[in-house]
Amino acid sequence: MAEWIEACAADDIDEEDVIRFDHGGRTFAIYRSPDDEYFATDGLCTHEKVHLADGLVMDDIIECPKHNGRFNYKTGEAKRPPVCVDLRTYPVRVEAGKVLIQVG
Amino acid sequence: MAAAELVKSKRDYSLVGESSKRAIETGLASAEWYHTEVPRKVMKELMQRSDGPAIRDTIIWIAAILGSAAGAVLFWGTWWCVPFFLVYGVLYASSSDSRWHECGHGTAFKTQWMNDAVYQIASFMQMRNPVTWRWSHARHHTDTIIVGRDAEIAVMRPPDLLRAALAFTGLLDFRFSLPILVRNAFGYLSPDEKDFIPESEQPKAVAAARWHMAIYAATIALALYMWSFLPLMLIGLPRLFGTWHMVLTGLLQHIGLADNVTDHRLNTRTVYMNPISRFIYWNMNYHVEHHMFPMVPYHALPKLHEIIRHDLPAPSPSMWHAYKEVWPVLMKQLRYEDHFLKRDLPPTAKPYRGEFHDLTIAAAAE
Repeated sequence: MAEWIEACAADDIDEEDVIRFDHGGRTFAIYRSPDDEYFATDGLCTHEKVHLADGLVMDDIIECPKHNGRFNYKTGEAKRPPVCVDLRTYPVRVEAGKVLIQVG
Repeated sequence: MAAAELVKSKRDYSLVGESSKRAIETGLASAEWYHTEVPRKVMKELMQRSDGPAIRDTIIWIAAILGSAAGAVLFWGTWWCVPFFLVYGVLYASSSDSRWHECGHGTAFKTQWMNDAVYQIASFMQMRNPVTWRWSHARHHTDTIIVGRDAEIAVMRPPDLLRAALAFTGLLDFRFSLPILVRNAFGYLSPDEKDFIPESEQPKAVAAARWHMAIYAATIALALYMWSFLPLMLIGLPRLFGTWHMVLTGLLQHIGLADNVTDHRLNTRTVYMNPISRFIYWNMNYHVEHHMFPMVPYHALPKLHEIIRHDLPAPSPSMWHAYKEVWPVLMKQLRYEDHFLKRDLPPTAKPYRGEFHDLTIAAAAE
């Protein structure tokens, strides 16, 4: 059964930025888009398991800090080598100023 | 037999050999590397992409290439063509290395098609398979100077000084790079290439090699048609007379420093260089900074250097100083390959893993 987890306060994340969120032995990346929407993906790059939260958000793209591989963080789609495997995404909702992600 | 074993190198630079297995077993492969702490807001600003600097530099680069090529063609058949070819050669064969590098990282331009276009052109000039080298460079960043893992170790131990000297002539490019492209064009990838190129990408490496060979074949055909070396002097042969600057600057990146450590401060070198070399090299003289933070575009590296230099070894003041420092290390490595240049970290630096630093340095850092 997937559960909704409170990840952070909405204003913990700057616009067009990302933060790391660890829960239950797993690590996630929580994004705030330039349009002020929130998204969540697995926290580690599918290429070399680097934390994406240290990377750069550009529009709907997250670029990995180690090898510059890119994903669309809204869909998880791998967009630029050396990443070839898509990133898992998670549903997100914002309630009372809190960002919640549904992990399963 | 026993004597032969004694003199045999302890390091196996093959990517599928004993050193590779050992690096994986000991956790040296795909390890977590040391990073100097930089506040997120500062790093975010440094990582920002911009088309402006790279468009400006690329316009200058292309204009200089076309200008020197025009002069070389105009004066072809006289000695006056020589200086034009010398300039053209460096622009073709040396500055294309840094363009290949920065555009391969995707950081030079903000607009991705510009990165991709310059990457493809520069790869051709470098006689490099653009697919193979993208993956080998990813591995170089994952496992920088980890023996058996890094496919881009320029000078191995014990050092082959003849090979290093020949690299300045570009002869090695013809000896190695061209046959590799031919082999790839016929559909063959080596075990090393198969080790770092994902299976899904391997057909792309073959296709890219075929495009390169087609351009070389067309150039040779034109040379035969014109019954002149001129087309080959403009495409292909500049690798022989223009590579020296790439080797001069590129060798300094890691030569003589530690291997099998997971701290770029110990295996990578930053060297202050003159403005012309920095233009040709696109600021890759700030090499510790680049390896530690590959997301930072070349034009922001001087600023990054100022921000983190308190945590890094002192940069070499010039290429001359760097080579002067390296030479005795290479001489000693001929007899004792485990010897390397230990980098002194400044007192303000944070020590990372004790086993990489002797007690004196660790004490100084506390």
